[in-house]
Amino acid sequence: MKNFVQHVCVVFVLLFLYAPILILVGYSFTDATMIGKIGGLSFHNYETLFTTEELLDMIKGTLLLALGVAALSTLLGTIGAIGAFYSKSGTRRAIELANQVPVVNADVVTGFSVCILMIALFQVRKETFIPLVIGQTALCAPFVYLSVLPRLKQMDQQLYEAALDLGCTPMKALLRVTVPQIVPGILSGFMTAITLSLDDYFIATYTKPATFDTISTYVVNATRGSQTDIKTALWALSTLIFIAVVGVVIIMNLKGRNTEDGVASEKRN
Amino acid sequence: MENAGVNLIQFEHIKKVFDGDTLVVEDFNLEVKKGEFVTLLGPSGCGKTTILRMLGGFEIPTSGKILLNGEDISKLPPYERPINTVFQKYALFPHLNVYDNVAFGLKLKKIDKKTMDEKVRHALEIVDLEGFEKRSIQTLSGGQQQRIAIARAIVNEPEVLLLDEPLSALDYKMRKEMQLELKNMHKKLGITFIFVTHDQEEALTMSDKIVVMADGEIQQTGTPEEIYNEPRNLFVADFIGESNIFKGEMVGNRKARFCGRVFDCVDDYEKSTIIDAVVRPEDVELVPESEGMISGEILSSDFKGTFYIVVVLSGKNEIEVHSLKYYEPGSRVGINIAPDSIHIIPYDASINHYEGVVGEYAEGEGLRVSFADFEWFVDPKEIFGEGEIVEGAKVEASFTPDSAEISDDAEAGIVTGNIISFIYVGDHYRYTVRSKSEEDYIVDDEDLWNQDDYVSVNIPKDKMSYRLVGEQ
Amino acid sequence: MREARFSRKQLALPYALFLLLFVILPLLVVVKYAFTDAEGQISFYNFIRFFQSSKTIGTLIYSLVVAVLTTLGCLLLAYPVAFILAKGAYVGRHTFLMLFVLPMWINFTLRITALKEILTLLEGNLALHPFLNTVICMIYDFLPFMILPLYNSLSKLDNSLLEAAADLGARKRQILLRVVLPLSVPGIISGITMVFLPSMTNYVVLDMVYNSTYIIGSLIGSYFSSYDWHNGSVVSIILLLIICAITWISNRFTGSEQERKAGVSL
Repeated sequence: MKNFVQHVCVVFVLLFLYAPILILVGYSFTDATMIGKIGGLSFHNYETLFTTEELLDMIKGTLLLALGVAALSTLLGTIGAIGAFYSKSGTRRAIELANQVPVVNADVVTGFSVCILMIALFQVRKETFIPLVIGQTALCAPFVYLSVLPRLKQMDQQLYEAALDLGCTPMKALLRVTVPQIVPGILSGFMTAITLSLDDYFIATYTKPATFDTISTYVVNATRGSQTDIKTALWALSTLIFIAVVGVVIIMNLKGRNTEDGVASEKRN
Repeated sequence: MENAGVNLIQFEHIKKVFDGDTLVVEDFNLEVKKGEFVTLLGPSGCGKTTILRMLGGFEIPTSGKILLNGEDISKLPPYERPINTVFQKYALFPHLNVYDNVAFGLKLKKIDKKTMDEKVRHALEIVDLEGFEKRSIQTLSGGQQQRIAIARAIVNEPEVLLLDEPLSALDYKMRKEMQLELKNMHKKLGITFIFVTHDQEEALTMSDKIVVMADGEIQQTGTPEEIYNEPRNLFVADFIGESNIFKGEMVGNRKARFCGRVFDCVDDYEKSTIIDAVVRPEDVELVPESEGMISGEILSSDFKGTFYIVVVLSGKNEIEVHSLKYYEPGSRVGINIAPDSIHIIPYDASINHYEGVVGEYAEGEGLRVSFADFEWFVDPKEIFGEGEIVEGAKVEASFTPDSAEISDDAEAGIVTGNIISFIYVGDHYRYTVRSKSEEDYIVDDEDLWNQDDYVSVNIPKDKMSYRLVGEQ
Repeated sequence: MREARFSRKQLALPYALFLLLFVILPLLVVVKYAFTDAEGQISFYNFIRFFQSSKTIGTLIYSLVVAVLTTLGCLLLAYPVAFILAKGAYVGRHTFLMLFVLPMWINFTLRITALKEILTLLEGNLALHPFLNTVICMIYDFLPFMILPLYNSLSKLDNSLLEAAADLGARKRQILLRVVLPLSVPGIISGITMVFLPSMTNYVVLDMVYNSTYIIGSLIGSYFSSYDWHNGSVVSIILLLIICAITWISNRFTGSEQERKAGVSL
């Protein structure tokens, strides 16, 4: 009886979370133009998705941006974490405090402030993509920092000394001993950065070039418009993203059974 | 026999199986009298904590009954039992201060504030922490947390107090101190204590009654003196205190032969019974070589503070002696053992018995017999003599520990398994090897192996004896 | 011979510089714009106007109501689930936790689109219940962010504490109220901080369900589109103050930095 209540509770919330996505997935394979209408089986939406230049550009652009931002964030966040971890406590606390700002800050404010800095103060043109990349990196790098730092804390501090004792230079010891120890943290930081960038709307909308769209900004604009073809093609995109995420999660679950690190995971809107 | 007290707790045929297949406790029977200090003692994984948890109500026995004052409580939830627990890592509520921790149980009983204050104050007084009410748990030392955990339990005036290795997290000195204090507390409170530990010294110091457990079964129950002086089997002899164990045999009325000589003893067993003789190191007397019953060469003398541990090699037997005097390694000494210092344990004829089923007869090979871990072909005469072969008959095969051998080559033996325990017996080791199918093989071997080693056991086919136990 | 020796501390430099340039400096610029007028003179007029205008105050109140309801809704849905996953019938079934967290990795605009379609199906016209739809979509968006910290905090709860409570006479409900709930406060706080602020600012959700009422985030959006950087900065500063307040309160409740971090990573 006790377990029954628990199962009902779990199923109810799962239904709330997944019913919309799954229904959308189902409808993406029909020619219906609205949820609720009955349509025949069709791959029309996928055809539209893969043949419309505008959609393809948007997807490619979003992925490229995410990869670039994640790579840059991972580099910055990782060396930042290593540097801060071994710095004097005053320096470390200052870095930690500044690092916390984009984490707790509303993305609207982060996007807005980076935008006025770049445009009003530095006079950088948005068309260069620089404000966009810097804005998203300012959001993502702190999360990489946060996922690398615990790994450094857990690491046996004598490993580095042992490497020096055995003849490594500090740089070599860092690359050959420290970095391999924190790889799980770096990886999970990288994944977090990717998801944050893919999910971001606010920073992108304030800093992106006018002609460029990410999935988020595109979807929001599309809901304002009334192009049915585009709307249903986005169902197909949602389906593909859903399948990709499920796939990645399954792979990570199978691979990471023994490590407690899943994909780290805080984001804000 | 007259019982001094009334049975407060009775365990009747308690069995506990985890996850459907892991047997942790098997047919556990125990009676505990009101006011007793009972210690469950055994190595980790022996099932002692599971017994305690079943008494506390955190586990439900798979079968069997737990009676408290004659009533079956085995299915009652913890909150309906007049029993309280001191947890191993104390389990103090970190969000509550000392007062609220101690008063936790009282608050649930809706006792008025004045009585509650008084009871908490009294409980803190018993554990010597008066005035700590407002302190937060995090500011307390390990020893203080320990005391608060005790206060939190006894403030509810339980009939039974359960203590799950409560001293294991303390350092050596603190532990010694708490042992005495717990004992005094037990006297003062007059309630029943059930104490779980793996530390035999702790058990011997504190208990009225010790229950030695291994492998989910009781090995022996008795007072500390009984357990120490008259271990019922080799496990107890080896686990409690230090002992010399020698293999031998009875050669007459209260006469046992071991270490190459006949000793007088006080235990009486039938002539020619195979035995193990247990002699505590402190009971071995070292004398000049000419005055000893047996003699030997000193191998080592190690200072231990109050005595030396002297190891003497006599024939093939190594004998450990606790001596107040230093003996030069290499010198020769005589050894005397008084009759009442020798404790005789008869060979346990129930070990190494395996049930098998008779299969078909194959010309040229023999009769197939299958056991849990292996099968082989035997001469049918060994089982049925001159009688007719009955397929499907059940046989019991047995061998003595000294007839088998251990090897680290998995292919070399008949069965494979892990060494789960071993005992040093005079001139060799006695190993218990447990196979995948949970059969135990007890083997004497001169080589030293380690616990958990994966080994194979070679059971010599020709040294097996068979007995028919029934037919299908 | 003297050479510059590498030391690990030096690695902090580029990141510190990055934070200084692109995190701290933007905030300073925002502060500068908030406290100056169009002529560059120091002025508090922007703030005065914000707190005197019934429109902006109304927006602030409306956002607070949306945020409170969203947070409460998430908490009510997430707590039982997190408890069941961490201590109930689903203990050790890591896959189920993944199921609840997985939506986090799907772009939120796409997820809201999906929910929007369902709501349209159920309600006919979304515009009929703009407020209700906003709160439902917000809860839908942020629910995983509430479940995760709650789960982290509950699964760390030592079982022996629950047993100790039962041992001392507490029944299931009493254990929940007196032990589990107080000890999961850090998780609750962490969940609240992850949901409350975003639901005050995520105006895209409102846009998508055709709710034309402003929340505080929308103000920044609208000032931004009219290049009104002074007023946009004022709203940013107000949001920053709210964040500081939330952080301060949550630090008081949880005390230690570590426990809050528990909510940050899975």
